[in-house]
Amino acid sequence: MAVERKWGMAVDADKCTGCQACVVACQSENNIPINEPDHFLQRRAIQWIRIERYWEGEFPDVKARFVPMLCQHCENAPCESVCPVFATYHNNEGLNVQVYNRCIGTRFCANNDPWNVRFFNFWEPVWPETLRNQLNTDVTVRSRGIMEKCTFCIQRIRRTTRDAGMEGREVEDGDVVPACVQSCPTNALVFGDLNDASSQVAHLREDGRQYRILDHLGTEPSVHYLAKIDPYAASEGEHA
Amino acid sequence: MQLRPVLTERDINRDLLRPVLATPIWFYILLGGLAIGVCAAIGGFAWAINHGTGVYGINRPVMWGFLLVNFVFWVGISHAGVMLSAILRLSNAEWRRPATRAAEVLTIFALGTAALHPLFHTGRPWRIYWSMPPGYDLGRGIWPDIRSPFVWDPTAISTYLTGTTLFVILLLIPDLAVLRDRSSGLMHKVYGFMSLGWKGNTRQWKLQIIAGFLLSALILPVFVSVHSIVSWDFAVQIAVEGWNATIFAPYFVIGAVHSGVAGVISVLALLRWMFRWENYIRDDHFDALARLMIVVATAWFYFFVIEFLLGIYPNEEPELSLRMLQVFEWPFSATFIIFVLMGYLVPVPLWLLKRVRTNVALMFWTTLMVNIGMWLERFIIIIPSLMRKQPLTFNWGSYNPSPIELILVGGSFCLVFLGVLTFSKFFPIIPLADAKEGVALETHVRVGKVMVPAAYREE
Repeated sequence: MAVERKWGMAVDADKCTGCQACVVACQSENNIPINEPDHFLQRRAIQWIRIERYWEGEFPDVKARFVPMLCQHCENAPCESVCPVFATYHNNEGLNVQVYNRCIGTRFCANNDPWNVRFFNFWEPVWPETLRNQLNTDVTVRSRGIMEKCTFCIQRIRRTTRDAGMEGREVEDGDVVPACVQSCPTNALVFGDLNDASSQVAHLREDGRQYRILDHLGTEPSVHYLAKIDPYAASEGEHA
Repeated sequence: MQLRPVLTERDINRDLLRPVLATPIWFYILLGGLAIGVCAAIGGFAWAINHGTGVYGINRPVMWGFLLVNFVFWVGISHAGVMLSAILRLSNAEWRRPATRAAEVLTIFALGTAALHPLFHTGRPWRIYWSMPPGYDLGRGIWPDIRSPFVWDPTAISTYLTGTTLFVILLLIPDLAVLRDRSSGLMHKVYGFMSLGWKGNTRQWKLQIIAGFLLSALILPVFVSVHSIVSWDFAVQIAVEGWNATIFAPYFVIGAVHSGVAGVISVLALLRWMFRWENYIRDDHFDALARLMIVVATAWFYFFVIEFLLGIYPNEEPELSLRMLQVFEWPFSATFIIFVLMGYLVPVPLWLLKRVRTNVALMFWTTLMVNIGMWLERFIIIIPSLMRKQPLTFNWGSYNPSPIELILVGGSFCLVFLGVLTFSKFFPIIPLADAKEGVALETHVRVGKVMVPAAYREE
């Protein structure tokens, strides 16, 4: 491989309908325990990707805005430098990875994460009896007391890379499809290699609507958002 | 100068060793009560280990709760020891004498208790040694991440704890020799071993005094660094608007001295009352300590005001909403008012009156108020900032402490006082040698027609 990969995502807020298919797909792909109402009431629900809903405007002229929120896989991630035991670090494919068996659960990274996309296992994860056989064998089940977060479906990246290697070809744009991207009915999510100038995600990054959430913190997120197009919007530039 | 009874060395030995050599019954009752509190905390911790960190009230985004507040509080209290003992020793302040050891002992136990909090707090406490100096996981070739304040913290705290323990032991040696000569059986052997063959000759005194000064001077930078590093646990976090400020290190250090000296005054008042040491912990000692408190408290209040003003000065929406939460929204509005009143506005004007400064009961209650205020200060800094980390309102949250957290916080108070009480059972908590030295320096002898000091201090 000539150039190192830098995985990234583009999220088109204009296409997002807020249907939460990505949330469910992520939940089942990544062995995330079922979030019961109690978990939400305790504010301890685990959703590696979630749809944040914001209201725009004054009643009765109110619009719902949806922002799919997932780990931003920052180049300069604030969560990484505060972990005392290197449980989270940056790998050479631009991923912010979490080493589950290294984590001691200080929750420092969760505090220093501006998007609140890191999740702590407050309890031992449990699944209903009927769902016991749906667990993904490619993904570790996390025990209690440790942090977890979006991995950009690293198991799919690894599998695709390995399969391509066995077939003697390069991984091409669109080969790697995380669960959320796969399930999005409107193709609002696009995943790919930001270092590959011909990839779709690299093109979208150059789009005029591109912005990054909390960009002013200087963390260089790898998730690029495309602004909502709303000809009837009263105000401009209010996206998140 | 105030009239006071002339104390002979025999009086000093008798009075100050009384709690060690003859222990009253109420002492054991008190000890038992505190032990029950500690046991409750141990039970609470066991419950947390058994059931998971979910038994605490923390959630997303308030990932740090009462345990971190309490951790900062105890590290703050621990700053009194060096503040009083080392600085006052170096500056030869005469009135430090009865307060030094109580302050150092409070330091040791407060710091030790603070060091337990990360254990309660982490998700997998059985792996916490990976972040602590002797336990680094080097066997598997994995270094700790030295960029993390949670690596600096254990390093700073263990250095400070080691330094203070050495300091206390060193200054105990002459008193241990006195105890060795007055005990029998097993305790005679223990005291004899700990007094390291102290005979009280000139060379030993000289070495002991030099070592005391050296340790005082060496420990001062550690004292500043410990609470700076604790403040950096918060200040390095760019994600939390309310914490990411450069003023945090000096602000926390001066706040620590504020609560620490107040803690020492409370403990001294308790000791004086419990062991009837009116002739040793005198009103003029409280007077001097209260004057120190006025200065420290005002310096701290200045930092508090500056930190707050610099927070609202840029007039940025996220920071403003955080400050509004801290000051005007229930329940923080109530805690904020209590904090400002108890932390500064009530006690300091009172201390300006000499009548209050020399009234032990009033000093006890005002310093207790300061510590309630300072506990709330940490609460107000830590919790609301996490509730509104960033302007993404979807993620704003709240926090309620769980019963287990309250038990652990209560247990930590019991543990510190249990430690100080146990120490006062086995060792003199007012330094005998220091008290005697103070008396010797004040004694005057008649030479011909004039009275001259019986001893001079070598400068």
